[in-house]
Amino acid sequence: MATTSVMGGAVRRREDPALIRGMGKYTDDFAPPGTLRVAFLRSPVARAKIIRLDTSRAKAMPGVVAVYTHDDVEHLGPLVAQVPVGKLRPLLAAGEVNHVGEAIAMVVAEDRYLAQDAVEAIEVDFDVLPAVVDLRKAASDEIIVHEELGTNVLHTWTYHGYWEALGLEDQTPLIDEAMQRPDAVVVSIDMVNQRLIPVAIEPRSVLAEYEPGYGRLTVTSSTQVPHALAGAIATQLGMHQRDVRVIAPEVGGGFGSKLNVYNDEILVSWASMQLGRPVKWTETRREAANSTIHGRGWVGTATLVGTRDGQFLGYKLEAIADMGAYSQNFTVAIPLLGLWIASGQYKMPTAFKVDCVVTNTMTTDAYRGAGRPEAIYYLERAIDAYAREIGMDPLEVREKNFWQPDEFPATMGCGFALDSGDYAAATRRLREISDYEELLRRRDQARAEGRLVGIGIGSYVEVCGFGPAILADIGFSWSAYGQPSAFNGSGLVRVNPDGTATVIIGTGPSGQGHKTTWAQIVSNGLGIPIENIRVHHGDTETSPMGIGTFGSRSIAVDGSATYEATQKVREKAAKIAAKLLEAAPEDIVFADGRAHVAGSPDRGVDWSEIAAAAYQAHKLPEGVDSGLEETIVWTPSNATWPFGTHLAMVEVDPETGNVEILEYYAVDDCGNQINPMIVNGQVHGGIAQGVGQALFEDAIYDEDGNLLTSSLVDYIIPTAADLPSFKLAHTVTPTPVNPMGVKGIGEAGTIGSAHTIVNAVVDALAPLGVKHVDMPLRPRRVWAAIQEARA
Amino acid sequence: MTVNGQPVTADVEPRTLLVHFLREHLRLTGTHVGCETGYCGACTVHVDGEPVKSCTMFAVQADGASVTTIEGLARDGQLHPVQEGFWERHGLQCGYCTPGMIMSSVALLDKNDRPTEEEIRHGIEGNLCRCTGYHNIVRAVEYAAARMRGEEPPAPDWEGGE
Ligand code: FES
Ligand code: FES
Repeated sequence: MATTSVMGGAVRRREDPALIRGMGKYTDDFAPPGTLRVAFLRSPVARAKIIRLDTSRAKAMPGVVAVYTHDDVEHLGPLVAQVPVGKLRPLLAAGEVNHVGEAIAMVVAEDRYLAQDAVEAIEVDFDVLPAVVDLRKAASDEIIVHEELGTNVLHTWTYHGYWEALGLEDQTPLIDEAMQRPDAVVVSIDMVNQRLIPVAIEPRSVLAEYEPGYGRLTVTSSTQVPHALAGAIATQLGMHQRDVRVIAPEVGGGFGSKLNVYNDEILVSWASMQLGRPVKWTETRREAANSTIHGRGWVGTATLVGTRDGQFLGYKLEAIADMGAYSQNFTVAIPLLGLWIASGQYKMPTAFKVDCVVTNTMTTDAYRGAGRPEAIYYLERAIDAYAREIGMDPLEVREKNFWQPDEFPATMGCGFALDSGDYAAATRRLREISDYEELLRRRDQARAEGRLVGIGIGSYVEVCGFGPAILADIGFSWSAYGQPSAFNGSGLVRVNPDGTATVIIGTGPSGQGHKTTWAQIVSNGLGIPIENIRVHHGDTETSPMGIGTFGSRSIAVDGSATYEATQKVREKAAKIAAKLLEAAPEDIVFADGRAHVAGSPDRGVDWSEIAAAAYQAHKLPEGVDSGLEETIVWTPSNATWPFGTHLAMVEVDPETGNVEILEYYAVDDCGNQINPMIVNGQVHGGIAQGVGQALFEDAIYDEDGNLLTSSLVDYIIPTAADLPSFKLAHTVTPTPVNPMGVKGIGEAGTIGSAHTIVNAVVDALAPLGVKHVDMPLRPRRVWAAIQEARA
Repeated sequence: MTVNGQPVTADVEPRTLLVHFLREHLRLTGTHVGCETGYCGACTVHVDGEPVKSCTMFAVQADGASVTTIEGLARDGQLHPVQEGFWERHGLQCGYCTPGMIMSSVALLDKNDRPTEEEIRHGIEGNLCRCTGYHNIVRAVEYAAARMRGEEPPAPDWEGGE
């Protein structure tokens, strides 16, 4: 039996009894009577003018209720986006297509097979144009994807316009100066951080039910951002938020891919209103690959300057980031998240330049880590190369340049103040749990035997739990999605008349276990047993506001809101209990499902008695309002900055190029932990996705813009047989920016792992003289690197 | 066919996949669809005791067979040890792969009651999970294997223990 201790306890998940019995309800499991099904005609070509589009045959087919094209929805405008830089996506292709998979027409039919048959009956002719896929070519503007924009470069993130806005100084001159020092060692590597497909195992799905009699639209969607979706639907369809309810039921993984609002969600909602019937669409795996957002997609150069004895003097990152054809939610803002942490855990002048370019491919946006894994990858690979260049141990070189614990809050090269950290404590712990010296000895012995064994170190700092609110004022609002700010969260805590508690939060989890963690927070505050608490999330009608679950933000923001609401309920309950017990409110203690007077456990009342009094005005102390419910909307004063260091030991098979992970250790620090079991699970899954990028995953478009990896046969994600068991440990450095001292852990594993694996493989190949191999390190690529080094 | 011990008869189109028959005709939505092409394993059920990806089979092909889905695994309200293992060892996050993963794990343990870690990893190789990194799924199967042998399961490996 797992523990029931409340804060910091590995409480078994409240979600699981339904899920392990097949009784969890995901969007596609809902099928109200009379539901119509949708299928989309999607572009088979990357860039073309549509010269003829004829839906008449499809419309005439039995069972087909409607076929819509751009003309039908043009009045709704393009898909709303948070960061409307670049060309916004037309809801349906507007006379041209710009990537394979772009939706051209939408069929609504009585069942899914009929809808699919009708899609095949639509006639369309294209005038195919040359596609822009290669990032450097795109940046050169040789062919401009959207002529009206005049360039493919949507934005360049540099000192100008960003640091300047924050009142910070350009550090480039310091770095250039450092490069001129006689003792300067400069390493520079060109690297690809390849495009990835998120691959949530549950395909996206949306069901819209419009009730004409009530003028009310209910949308069930596999989304991480229910409130944003409700706001976007209201904005786009000209409705009031009160008339749109979005429910995110069980969501089968998201990893950022369900943090966008999609054109299909708007279209299905609109169609339900047109037709007065429930309408549902569930994507196929092929659609998940070609029309749900992708992540990463950078090419660039990392340059690190340091002294011969391991002191960093400066770091520069120059990259081109792939935006895809249309800008959706955050698209152009994603690289900025990386730039905020571009200098990692190290104290040094930092400069960056990232061009955001358009290509004829699917939109990129937030995929687990979003900008941060890219930036950390470049930095940490450069550090590794530098350590090798000066012949210093890679762990030692990192430790030598860390921010020190007494320097926090520390304003880093990129302008933000790191909240708290003890970076060397994490590496000390890593040395312990991995027995680092022994590992090095094992590696050296294996090498002496002629085996290709390597050890890789990867540190990271990340930024999550976003605030401060001021970001909303410099353009990061959530206004297109009907919310004034993206930097707050809500928690509602109600004690019901029977003494049980209902908790309603503004998050939209996809497996993170909020029903458990939030019950722990409230149980800890009120002494109500966890089994008497039910947590609801993902419903815009019950929670006042929410930003959703992404960017490792839920616990730090909505968790804090719930914590504060719990405190308020507790204060009020103490007054009521005090009256019932004829004691002073300060003397009331809550434990074991009841309140009692401090020092006399026998003088107590159950929560049901407190609640019964709370709902009867005449039983309340003077000045106390009836009811026992509090709602807090909470805004953080700063983001939180989790960190850690990972270590991998790998062996490369020289005959095949196959990489085997022999050991994987990770020390992560996410501040205080509410449920260490869930924290570990998040780290495991995060590492698996980083390893996936390092070794297997690659979203490949050919030069004509055809997506070559649109099934799970071509797009390889790790299986159980590809991964080892992970050895995890944690350090705990609470953050001062929220009441529970919690930081967030959803993305840490991913941000810490890809470079750790690549550093290990490069270390394994270093005796051959290999300095870098681009991800994914599939056997053929590694084998080729070995051959080249030997030649 | 019988499904979870109940006889079922229906007329279906020949192109109806077993997974759609289970989900849409019988409303047994515990069996999930992740790819419809046989690669993710989310749709795994047992057909005559063998694990089968139900998106790779037409409903008519299961005519006369005995099908067990995730809904039929617990007996008399008692969780199967594998279900218990997934709960006790945090073998699921979003839960979408879980029904298929559990059905494959049950089939694995039916054939081998003392699998090594490597055997477990290979045994569930046909089932993709994007959330857990498989670490705790392996622990869940180890837990279940011990329980089914009547032994004390290994302690959990997160810091702080049980
Ligand atoms: S849905 Fe059957 S294997 Fe993926
Ligand atoms: S638990 Fe989400 S895919 Fe396995």
